[in-house]
Amino acid sequence: MEVPILKQGQYLIASIQSALTDADLSQLREALIERVGRFRSRGVIVDVTALDVMDSFAVRTLRDIAHMARLRGSETVIVGIQPEVAFAMVQLGLTLKGIATALDLEEGLAFLNQQGEGRLEDRRPPAGRINRG
Amino acid sequence: MGEELRLPITADVDVVQARQRGREVAADAGFTSGDQAVIAAAISEVARNILMYAKRGEILLTLVNNGDRQGLLVVARDQGPGIRDVGRALQDGYSTSGGLGLGLPGAKRLMDEFEVSSVVGGGTTVTMKKWRRLS
Repeated sequence: MEVPILKQGQYLIASIQSALTDADLSQLREALIERVGRFRSRGVIVDVTALDVMDSFAVRTLRDIAHMARLRGSETVIVGIQPEVAFAMVQLGLTLKGIATALDLEEGLAFLNQQGEGRLEDRRPPAGRINRG
Repeated sequence: MGEELRLPITADVDVVQARQRGREVAADAGFTSGDQAVIAAAISEVARNILMYAKRGEILLTLVNNGDRQGLLVVARDQGPGIRDVGRALQDGYSTSGGLGLGLPGAKRLMDEFEVSSVVGGGTTVTMKKWRRLS
Protein backbone atom coordinates (compact mmCIF):
# COMPACT_ATOMS: atom_id res chain seq x y z
CA MET A 1 0.00 0.00 0.00
CA GLU A 2 1.36 3.38 -1.01
CA VAL A 3 1.92 5.89 1.78
CA PRO A 4 0.33 9.28 1.03
CA ILE A 5 2.84 12.13 1.07
CA LEU A 6 1.43 15.59 1.71
CA LYS A 7 3.29 18.73 0.78
CA GLN A 8 2.73 21.38 3.39
CA GLY A 9 4.69 24.54 2.73
CA GLN A 10 8.36 23.70 3.02
CA TYR A 11 7.67 20.33 4.54
CA LEU A 12 6.65 16.89 3.39
CA ILE A 13 4.42 14.81 5.62
CA ALA A 14 4.18 11.06 5.09
CA SER A 15 1.49 9.48 7.24
CA ILE A 16 1.67 5.75 7.34
CA GLN A 17 -1.92 4.48 7.43
CA SER A 18 -1.53 0.73 7.80
CA ALA A 19 0.97 -2.09 8.07
CA LEU A 20 3.66 -1.87 5.40
CA THR A 21 5.58 -4.53 3.57
CA ASP A 22 9.32 -4.17 3.04
CA ALA A 23 8.59 -3.16 -0.56
CA ASP A 24 6.16 -0.46 0.63
CA LEU A 25 8.82 0.91 2.97
CA SER A 26 11.44 1.01 0.23
CA GLN A 27 8.95 2.71 -2.06
CA LEU A 28 8.27 5.34 0.62
CA ARG A 29 11.99 5.99 0.93
CA GLU A 30 12.40 6.53 -2.83
CA ALA A 31 9.30 8.73 -3.07
CA LEU A 32 10.35 10.96 -0.17
CA ILE A 33 13.90 11.44 -1.38
CA GLU A 34 12.68 12.28 -4.87
CA ARG A 35 10.12 14.77 -3.55
CA VAL A 36 12.58 16.51 -1.25
CA GLY A 37 14.31 17.59 -4.46
CA ARG A 38 11.21 18.25 -6.51
CA PHE A 39 9.58 20.50 -3.89
CA ARG A 40 12.83 21.81 -2.40
CA SER A 41 11.52 20.71 1.00
CA ARG A 42 13.37 21.74 4.13
CA GLY A 43 11.79 19.17 6.35
CA VAL A 44 10.26 15.68 6.29
CA ILE A 45 7.88 14.25 8.85
CA VAL A 46 7.18 10.53 8.88
CA ASP A 47 4.16 9.77 11.03
CA VAL A 48 4.31 6.17 12.28
CA THR A 49 1.38 6.41 14.71
CA ALA A 50 -0.48 3.66 12.86
CA LEU A 51 2.43 1.21 13.01
CA ASP A 52 2.00 -1.36 15.75
CA VAL A 53 5.22 -3.19 14.94
CA MET A 54 8.64 -1.96 14.05
CA ASP A 55 11.26 -4.50 13.11
CA SER A 56 14.86 -4.08 11.99
CA PHE A 57 13.93 -3.42 8.37
CA ALA A 58 11.47 -0.67 9.26
CA VAL A 59 13.93 1.03 11.60
CA ARG A 60 16.68 0.75 9.04
CA THR A 61 14.48 2.30 6.35
CA LEU A 62 13.49 5.21 8.60
CA ARG A 63 17.15 5.74 9.38
CA ASP A 64 18.01 5.68 5.69
CA ILE A 65 15.25 8.17 4.91
CA ALA A 66 16.58 10.58 7.54
CA HIS A 67 20.19 10.26 6.39
CA MET A 68 19.36 10.54 2.69
CA ALA A 69 17.06 13.52 3.25
CA ARG A 70 19.79 15.25 5.26
CA LEU A 71 22.23 14.75 2.41
CA ARG A 72 19.66 16.50 0.23
CA GLY A 73 19.35 19.42 2.65
CA SER A 74 16.23 18.33 4.48
CA GLU A 75 15.71 17.51 8.15
CA THR A 76 13.58 14.48 9.12
CA VAL A 77 11.46 13.95 12.20
CA ILE A 78 9.88 10.61 13.03
CA VAL A 79 6.67 11.15 14.97
CA GLY A 80 4.16 8.95 16.74
CA ILE A 81 6.18 5.93 17.87
CA GLN A 82 3.73 4.05 20.08
CA PRO A 83 4.76 3.05 23.62
CA GLU A 84 4.66 -0.70 22.92
CA VAL A 85 6.62 -0.18 19.71
CA ALA A 86 9.25 1.78 21.63
CA PHE A 87 9.36 -1.06 24.16
CA ALA A 88 9.98 -3.65 21.44
CA MET A 89 12.56 -1.47 19.65
CA VAL A 90 14.63 -1.09 22.80
CA GLN A 91 14.51 -4.84 23.45
CA LEU A 92 15.49 -5.52 19.87
CA GLY A 93 18.44 -3.19 20.35
CA LEU A 94 17.30 -0.74 17.71
CA THR A 95 17.73 2.96 18.12
CA LEU A 96 17.24 5.98 15.93
CA LYS A 97 20.46 7.58 17.08
CA GLY A 98 21.03 11.02 15.62
CA ILE A 99 17.52 11.16 14.18
CA ALA A 100 14.93 13.59 15.49
CA THR A 101 11.78 12.12 16.96
CA ALA A 102 8.71 13.81 18.38
CA LEU A 103 5.62 12.65 20.20
CA ASP A 104 3.17 13.63 17.49
CA LEU A 105 2.69 15.61 14.29
CA GLU A 106 2.25 18.90 16.12
CA GLU A 107 5.50 18.52 18.04
CA GLY A 108 7.24 17.41 14.86
CA LEU A 109 6.14 20.56 13.03
CA ALA A 110 7.22 22.71 15.97
CA PHE A 111 10.64 21.06 15.87
CA LEU A 112 11.07 21.73 12.14
CA ASN A 113 9.94 25.33 12.54
CA GLN A 114 12.52 25.79 15.26
CA GLN A 115 15.23 24.30 13.04
CA GLY A 116 14.18 26.65 10.27
CA GLU A 117 14.51 29.69 12.49
CA GLY A 118 17.96 28.58 13.48
CA ARG A 119 18.90 28.35 9.84
CA LEU A 120 17.66 31.87 9.07
CA GLU A 121 19.46 33.23 12.11
CA ASP A 122 22.74 31.73 10.90
CA ARG A 123 22.50 33.53 7.61
CA ARG A 124 21.56 36.90 8.96
CA PRO A 125 24.49 39.27 9.35
CA PRO A 126 24.90 40.27 13.01
CA ALA A 127 24.42 43.98 12.30
CA GLY A 128 21.20 43.48 10.42
CA ARG A 129 19.30 41.71 13.15
CA ILE A 130 15.61 42.20 12.79
CA ASN A 131 13.36 42.45 15.76
CA ARG A 132 10.87 39.73 15.21
CA GLY A 133 8.59 41.02 17.91
CA MET B 1 -0.62 -27.96 23.27
CA GLY B 2 -3.32 -25.92 21.66
CA GLU B 3 -4.30 -25.56 18.08
CA GLU B 4 -1.54 -24.90 15.62
CA LEU B 5 -1.74 -22.00 13.21
CA ARG B 6 0.19 -22.55 10.03
CA LEU B 7 1.26 -19.55 7.97
CA PRO B 8 3.04 -20.00 4.66
CA ILE B 9 5.75 -17.45 3.82
CA THR B 10 6.34 -16.93 0.12
CA ALA B 11 6.08 -13.15 -0.37
CA ASP B 12 6.62 -10.02 1.68
CA VAL B 13 2.89 -9.60 2.30
CA ASP B 14 3.10 -12.94 4.12
CA VAL B 15 5.65 -11.44 6.51
CA VAL B 16 3.14 -8.72 7.41
CA GLN B 17 0.35 -11.28 7.68
CA ALA B 18 2.43 -13.56 9.93
CA ARG B 19 3.34 -10.83 12.38
CA GLN B 20 -0.25 -9.60 12.48
CA ARG B 21 -1.57 -13.08 13.20
CA GLY B 22 1.13 -13.53 15.82
CA ARG B 23 0.05 -10.34 17.46
CA GLU B 24 -3.61 -11.41 17.44
CA VAL B 25 -2.83 -14.79 18.96
CA ALA B 26 -0.68 -13.11 21.62
CA ALA B 27 -3.45 -10.60 22.38
CA ASP B 28 -6.07 -13.35 22.67
CA ALA B 29 -3.78 -15.27 25.00
CA GLY B 30 -3.52 -12.24 27.28
CA PHE B 31 0.00 -11.00 26.57
CA THR B 32 0.58 -7.31 27.33
CA SER B 33 0.58 -4.87 24.42
CA GLY B 34 4.34 -4.51 24.88
CA ASP B 35 4.82 -8.25 24.58
CA GLN B 36 2.49 -8.36 21.60
CA ALA B 37 4.72 -5.86 19.79
CA VAL B 38 7.80 -7.82 20.87
CA ILE B 39 6.37 -11.11 19.55
CA ALA B 40 5.24 -9.47 16.31
CA ALA B 41 8.70 -7.97 15.75
CA ALA B 42 10.40 -11.32 16.43
CA ILE B 43 8.07 -13.08 13.97
CA SER B 44 8.78 -10.38 11.41
CA GLU B 45 12.52 -10.98 11.70
CA VAL B 46 12.38 -14.74 11.28
CA ALA B 47 9.75 -14.54 8.53
CA ARG B 48 11.91 -12.10 6.58
CA ASN B 49 14.88 -14.44 6.98
CA ILE B 50 12.84 -17.24 5.40
CA LEU B 51 12.01 -15.04 2.44
CA MET B 52 15.52 -13.68 2.07
CA TYR B 53 17.49 -16.90 2.34
CA ALA B 54 15.11 -19.71 1.48
CA LYS B 55 12.45 -17.91 -0.64
CA ARG B 56 9.73 -19.99 0.97
CA GLY B 57 8.87 -21.63 4.22
CA GLU B 58 6.32 -21.45 6.99
CA ILE B 59 5.63 -20.12 10.43
CA LEU B 60 3.74 -22.16 12.99
CA LEU B 61 2.09 -20.56 15.99
CA THR B 62 0.97 -22.64 18.96
CA LEU B 63 -0.10 -21.78 22.48
CA VAL B 64 1.59 -23.97 25.07
CA ASN B 65 1.23 -24.38 28.81
CA ASN B 66 3.82 -25.09 31.44
CA GLY B 67 2.54 -25.10 35.00
CA ASP B 68 1.53 -21.58 35.89
CA ARG B 69 2.86 -20.18 32.66
CA GLN B 70 1.39 -19.89 29.23
CA GLY B 71 3.58 -19.49 26.23
CA LEU B 72 3.45 -18.71 22.56
CA LEU B 73 5.56 -21.09 20.55
CA VAL B 74 6.75 -19.81 17.20
CA VAL B 75 8.42 -22.18 14.78
CA ALA B 76 9.86 -20.80 11.56
CA ARG B 77 11.07 -23.42 9.14
CA ASP B 78 12.29 -23.64 5.61
CA GLN B 79 14.08 -26.01 3.31
CA GLY B 80 16.50 -23.42 2.08
CA PRO B 81 20.29 -23.45 1.89
CA GLY B 82 20.72 -23.63 5.66
CA ILE B 83 23.15 -21.68 7.82
CA ARG B 84 26.81 -22.67 7.65
CA ASP B 85 27.75 -21.10 10.96
CA VAL B 86 24.79 -20.75 13.32
CA GLY B 87 26.97 -19.27 16.05
CA ARG B 88 28.01 -16.44 13.78
CA ALA B 89 24.49 -15.91 12.45
CA LEU B 90 23.46 -15.25 16.05
CA GLN B 91 26.07 -12.52 16.46
CA ASP B 92 24.98 -8.92 16.23
CA GLY B 93 25.81 -7.25 12.99
CA TYR B 94 26.69 -10.41 11.11
CA SER B 95 24.83 -10.62 7.83
CA THR B 96 25.43 -12.35 4.53
CA SER B 97 22.58 -10.44 2.89
CA GLY B 98 23.64 -6.83 3.40
CA GLY B 99 21.02 -6.32 6.10
CA LEU B 100 21.62 -4.93 9.56
CA GLY B 101 22.50 -8.36 10.86
CA LEU B 102 19.84 -7.97 13.49
CA GLY B 103 17.39 -10.59 12.30
CA LEU B 104 18.29 -13.67 14.31
CA PRO B 105 20.12 -12.01 17.23
CA GLY B 106 17.29 -9.47 17.42
CA ALA B 107 14.61 -12.15 17.55
CA LYS B 108 16.66 -14.00 20.15
CA ARG B 109 16.79 -10.93 22.36
CA LEU B 110 13.05 -10.43 22.04
CA MET B 111 11.99 -13.93 23.02
CA ASP B 112 12.47 -15.93 26.25
CA GLU B 113 13.61 -19.11 24.55
CA PHE B 114 15.35 -19.35 21.23
CA GLU B 115 16.89 -22.19 19.30
CA VAL B 116 18.18 -22.59 15.77
CA SER B 117 18.85 -25.85 14.05
CA SER B 118 20.14 -25.82 10.55
CA VAL B 119 21.52 -28.25 8.03
CA VAL B 120 23.53 -26.89 5.15
CA GLY B 121 21.55 -27.74 2.04
CA GLY B 122 18.69 -29.03 4.15
CA GLY B 123 17.02 -26.01 5.68
CA THR B 124 16.65 -24.10 8.90
CA THR B 125 14.25 -24.28 11.82
CA VAL B 126 14.00 -21.52 14.37
CA THR B 127 12.06 -22.38 17.51
CA MET B 128 11.24 -19.59 19.91
CA LYS B 129 8.92 -19.01 22.85
CA LYS B 130 7.57 -16.14 24.85
CA TRP B 131 6.10 -16.84 28.27
CA ARG B 132 3.62 -15.09 30.45
CA ARG B 133 2.67 -15.92 34.00
CA LEU B 134 -0.94 -16.93 34.45
CA SER B 135 -2.53 -14.90 37.21
